[in-house]
Amino acid sequence: MTNLNKSRAEQIQSSLAKRYRAEKRFQMYGYAAIAFGLLCVVILFTDIVSKGYKAFGQTYIQLEVTYDASTLGITDVNDSQQLALADFHGIVKKALKSRFTDVSGRKAKRDLYGLISNGAGYTLRDRLVANPELLNQTETLWLVADDDIDTYYKSIGSDAGAFTGRMSEQRQGWVDQLVESNDVEMRVNRNFFTQGDSREPELAGIRGAAMGSLFTLIITLALSFPIGVAAAVYLEEFAPCNRWTDLIEVNINNLAAVPSIIFGLLGLAIFINFFHVPRSVPVVGGLVLTLMTLPTIIISSRAAIKAVPPSIREAAIGVGASPMQVVLHHVLPLAMPGMLTGAIIGMAQALGETAPLLMIGMVAFIVDVPGGFTDPATVLPVQIFLWADSPERAFVEKTSAAIMVLLAFLILMNTLAVILRKRLERRWL
Amino acid sequence: MQTANLLIVLLILSAVAYYMARGRSVAQAQPLGGIRHLHSLPFFYGMRAAIWCALPSLLLLAAWLLFDEPIISSLLIGGLPENLQPNSAAEHNLLLNSIENIASGALSAETSAPALVAAAESLRDLRSSGTNLVTAAVLSLSVLGMGWGWVKVSPILRARQQVERVFRGILLSCACVAIFTTLGILLSVLFESFRFFQAVPATEFLIGTEWSPQMAIRSDQVGSSGSFGAIPLFVGTLLISFIAMVVAVPVGLMSAIYLAEYASPRLRGIAKPTLEVLAGIPTVVYGFFAALTVAPFIRQTGEGFGLQVSSESALAAGLVMGVMIIPFISSLADDVINAVPQSLRDGSLGLGATRSETIKKVIFPAALPGIVGGVLLAVSRAIGETMIVVMAAGLAAKLTANPLDTVTTVTVQIVTLLVGDQEFDSPKTLAAFALGLMLFVVTLVLNFVALRVVKKYREQYD
Repeated sequence: MTNLNKSRAEQIQSSLAKRYRAEKRFQMYGYAAIAFGLLCVVILFTDIVSKGYKAFGQTYIQLEVTYDASTLGITDVNDSQQLALADFHGIVKKALKSRFTDVSGRKAKRDLYGLISNGAGYTLRDRLVANPELLNQTETLWLVADDDIDTYYKSIGSDAGAFTGRMSEQRQGWVDQLVESNDVEMRVNRNFFTQGDSREPELAGIRGAAMGSLFTLIITLALSFPIGVAAAVYLEEFAPCNRWTDLIEVNINNLAAVPSIIFGLLGLAIFINFFHVPRSVPVVGGLVLTLMTLPTIIISSRAAIKAVPPSIREAAIGVGASPMQVVLHHVLPLAMPGMLTGAIIGMAQALGETAPLLMIGMVAFIVDVPGGFTDPATVLPVQIFLWADSPERAFVEKTSAAIMVLLAFLILMNTLAVILRKRLERRWL
Repeated sequence: MQTANLLIVLLILSAVAYYMARGRSVAQAQPLGGIRHLHSLPFFYGMRAAIWCALPSLLLLAAWLLFDEPIISSLLIGGLPENLQPNSAAEHNLLLNSIENIASGALSAETSAPALVAAAESLRDLRSSGTNLVTAAVLSLSVLGMGWGWVKVSPILRARQQVERVFRGILLSCACVAIFTTLGILLSVLFESFRFFQAVPATEFLIGTEWSPQMAIRSDQVGSSGSFGAIPLFVGTLLISFIAMVVAVPVGLMSAIYLAEYASPRLRGIAKPTLEVLAGIPTVVYGFFAALTVAPFIRQTGEGFGLQVSSESALAAGLVMGVMIIPFISSLADDVINAVPQSLRDGSLGLGATRSETIKKVIFPAALPGIVGGVLLAVSRAIGETMIVVMAAGLAAKLTANPLDTVTTVTVQIVTLLVGDQEFDSPKTLAAFALGLMLFVVTLVLNFVALRVVKKYREQYD
């Protein structure tokens, strides 16, 4: 009640400092919120990149390999059936045994043979098929190291100390010996870009998943773009104002907000169980993603059509164009850049989508790179999901690397959309 | 003929139809004194013939492709002797499968029942004769259409109107895909849910507190009767969504306010697109981040304080989901705040209020309905989010409100129940569809209310 003694002006004056402090505080909250958001972006990207960049390198070990016919168990190099059965891993074992002569005992030997990846045998077979004269010859070769060795070698010299994991001291000793004699080398990991999935992290690649994504996206684009544009044209240019049109609009708006996993249920119940489309193939994935991206494409196409000024239509009608000619000759070409931008953004959304594809069986473990629309396939995000679930530590870096590739594609698509919008956007006066 | 080849032939035929009808219209116009004496441009006569040529036969082909399997299999089963007639749907499928395998050579014909071998042979016959029949029907229909299109060409034929009617019809059917999608979703989840509720009473599903859907295959196994009380799932979903909202709403709202009211154009130009990057990152990436970076971090921090933290805590999934939703809320709130008329701001500032007082006492109340609508949309997105929770939340259905404990959600259970082999007559698989129905209904209601609120609010200031 002391305030009564003061005048209004004094009251305001005395509260000013407090109010300004509140103003400062409020601004700080806003600043903190933005900083938090930006920090999240930075942490996310650094986390992924710092985990994944090493996957683009692969440890190789140099060995002297003898293509010993008796170890291989073949008599004729040109007989493909013999080559298919030949024991190429045996000559790798022999090479390792001659490199480390003092190894004895079953367990130690098994450890030793595990230095080199199981895939090395296929490399040797390919070499022998290409150069048959190598039989019974000896040559020095760089072979892919096992994933445990790879992880260990990559972590040597890091701040946290070398990651030993499943590496026994003996194995570490072998690797150190190899490092000392310069027989270990880091090379660009070609397998990662040229191979399909594998249970062995050092052999696993994203080519299969990337091709699966490509085929799925082609189906999605081929279906959703024409249907989406046609629907947008109908709603903007032809639709009469009635209940039916309202129903269509309400449906489109709701579908845009339906959780993506529901589209997976739809795909499972309708496409697979009812129409008997085969599981796990890009066709069914593309169909489901089409239904999911359609609302996005319809909404952005409608915005693009709306942006074409009515004077264009009136001029066309004025010189005698029919409604169909107005749309096909005038409105669509002018709205095309906006529609394409919307389509690219819709495709980026489809490329990153995982949940509905899990429902329709695109989570299978598929080694072969798919060659068509009806080959069983998986897609990049699902591959990431599968690898993230794998127990081998080496898959952590593979997963992060696959995420980097996926993000690179997404950034590329979004940049393309932005450039397209900037280049082709026309401002109407 | 194979479908792809047939389509190519149809394409060629309709091109021929186009040029023939177009040429005929031009030829008919010649003696009259040029094409201006025709009712429509020659293009429309050509298109009309091409449509007649392609459309009916395409419809026939589509109908055949949709219904050939059921027709053939019912013919096959009908042709089997009395003692082999299947009793149930499963037996029916098994029988069809073995016939299929014999026909393709995967099962040797010698070891199979002679009736089945005969059926396999008739399957091969039916397939080839069916394909031949349809090829012939499709081709003759298209040739007939082509002839009809050619014969009817005359200067008074209203070809343009007819072509445009078909064009509009095609556009309309494309627009109706949205309705069919909704219908498809509704039918698929309703139909399977109905079967689920025949096995499990709806009341048990809606108010039961125990969820363990593992059904044993043999009835004498342990835990042979799964229990389907979905309350723990709903609670888990709400818990994680609540955590996400606690992160996303203040951060999203405050950054929207700052960007709209305080930020310089330069900061806005940088911060807004960068925040929107968060919206473009696939959810599987967030899931990986939550499971491998955030969850171990929370666990370690919690143990530093002597707390029991599960390695699949609700907190990790909720936090990361919140980060994902930040740009969603901030861009919606940004739109709403920008829609508040400038005159309201000017009036408040003119009376001597500070900017934060203007925001808190004038702009925020004016924008509140729109913000509420945006938050409701964000909640519906959090409830339906799948990959983050599949990768970072647990599988154990616990009824708890402790964010450090592990919970499971509706979407996680849908994925776990449906990935891998499914048996479409077991309540375990059907339960996924019942959960899907719940999810669909809840998100539909949330979206509907949110869109209504936002729309009403927009009208207020227009």
